[in-house]
Amino acid sequence: MQFEEIKNIISDKIGSSAIIKEDAAQLQPQLTVDQKFLLSICRELHVNPSLYFDYLSCITGIDNGPEKGTMEVIYHLYSIPFNHHFILKVELQRTIDALPSAPSVTSIWKTADWHEREVYDMFGIKFEGHPDLRRILLPADWEGYPLRKDYKQQEYYHGIKVEY
Amino acid sequence: MSAVCRGSLLGTQHSALSTKMPTDHIQYKFEKDHHHKSDPNLTNVDELRTEEMIINLGPQHPSTHGVLRLEVVTNGEIVKNVIPHLGYLHRCFEKHAENLPYNQTIPFVDRMDYLAAMNSEHCFVMGVEKMLGIEKNIPKRIEYIRVLVAELNRIASHFVAIGTYGLDIGAFAPFLWLMRDREHLNRLLEWVSGSRMLYNYIWVGGLYFDLPVGFEERCADFIKYLKPKMGELQRIIMENKIFIQRTANVGVLPLDLAINYAVSGPMLRGSGLRYDLRRVDNYSVYPELDFDIPIGKGEMGKKGDCWDRAQVRVLECYESIKIIEQCLQKLVGEHKRTREFDPQALVPKKIRPKAMDFYVRAESPRGELGFFFRATGNTDIPFRCKGRSPSMVNLSVLPEISRGVMLADLIAILGSVDIVMGEIDR
Repeated sequence: MQFEEIKNIISDKIGSSAIIKEDAAQLQPQLTVDQKFLLSICRELHVNPSLYFDYLSCITGIDNGPEKGTMEVIYHLYSIPFNHHFILKVELQRTIDALPSAPSVTSIWKTADWHEREVYDMFGIKFEGHPDLRRILLPADWEGYPLRKDYKQQEYYHGIKVEY
Repeated sequence: MSAVCRGSLLGTQHSALSTKMPTDHIQYKFEKDHHHKSDPNLTNVDELRTEEMIINLGPQHPSTHGVLRLEVVTNGEIVKNVIPHLGYLHRCFEKHAENLPYNQTIPFVDRMDYLAAMNSEHCFVMGVEKMLGIEKNIPKRIEYIRVLVAELNRIASHFVAIGTYGLDIGAFAPFLWLMRDREHLNRLLEWVSGSRMLYNYIWVGGLYFDLPVGFEERCADFIKYLKPKMGELQRIIMENKIFIQRTANVGVLPLDLAINYAVSGPMLRGSGLRYDLRRVDNYSVYPELDFDIPIGKGEMGKKGDCWDRAQVRVLECYESIKIIEQCLQKLVGEHKRTREFDPQALVPKKIRPKAMDFYVRAESPRGELGFFFRATGNTDIPFRCKGRSPSMVNLSVLPEISRGVMLADLIAILGSVDIVMGEIDR
């Protein structure tokens, strides 16, 4: 199924207000959706018998830097029986005092568990409804989120100089 | 005379050393609870029942295949829960990739999955070529060489997987036999690229070198040698009674659970789904090659048990041999070596893709290896590069399938997942 058709199904079932932007001209088209509707969109994509996106390949976090002031979470979906792809994107505002947050999709695809933990670890994006949101790759007492564009590493970690 | 000279020389060296070495500099501030702070147990000790206990398996434990730490909550010998703790081998691949041009990232990609560096390189390079739009121009000879070396490396990787799996559950001889054969593979690849494990051989737009003269014949000889050895392998480990008893009906992974956890590679095929990206996506020259996709059938126990996963790996080695034979045939026939052939002819001077997001995936020996790129269009350094590592996703299903098993079976299940920590932690 093509990108257009999947987009139409989403706007029919969930409402066209859920869709913010579409990049259909790209080599791999993407759909930017409102994060309030993300969970219901994902559930629709998962259970709709003509879509049946049963395989969540990858979740990627992106920080656009403090100038743009946004962060993105990109979901790469794939359907094994129909062999079609779909890319969902959520844009979040970078906030200084609190961590930005997005809904968690672990209730639909269990594989999202570790992917979301990794995004939290590297970007400091919170996932509402995640069962166990801890750091996954870095030590639990590490300071900061290393893949943010304005990341400054701490000087010492447990008395070891971090910079080499 | 010379002795005096040496003595005085040593003396001066010693004094130079002692002045250089800082004596008052504290390199590490020791505190007793540092490691509790940096990687605390998830399980609260106070909430455990009297008969339950926590066993920390790893990070230094031979059967975790690297530096994986498993926090195992047990009741006697029954595993109640397993909580993997990762990150002991985290080497900041994604941060490095954001600071280096695409071509200079390839050595880092090698070090992700160090047992199958060629396959990782092939995937990465394919993604960059698709972003540049030059993937159609790559000469067939280059693509065949890429597939040839990737399949050689796939066999080497599966040999380590099967060998160490046997080692985990007490079979020592197959490991030595497989290491002996893997040595031949390593030498072949060393002859091609100059290094034994981390090659940096496949470049964006081409290859580092053409195949060395005489490689095709030597490789064909090796395949002739390897074929009977595969039968030996099948008999010594897969049909071994002890091996079957340790692995059949253990760690059964149902297909729906596997898909929900996005498990891929031999683990997913072991659960009975004929799903191989080489066929599904038909990338590179795989559509021109004839090979089957082996799946687990539950011959020794239930479908999707540890034995099935190991058997899929063995059968995949047979399929790789088939692919290598066909590649060699093409490389001496249709796309044979010519004097004019330059494997670096199409290597771009500046790798500068248009502004776009791109996700590429390919079948590595462990499953779906993916790379996500965001290019901004005005630089040859990616804005973001993410590696989707198959072992990490495959490992995430471990707690689900090892609840309620015996502690010894947990080792068998972990071995059948075939993890490479370098790839999990990146």
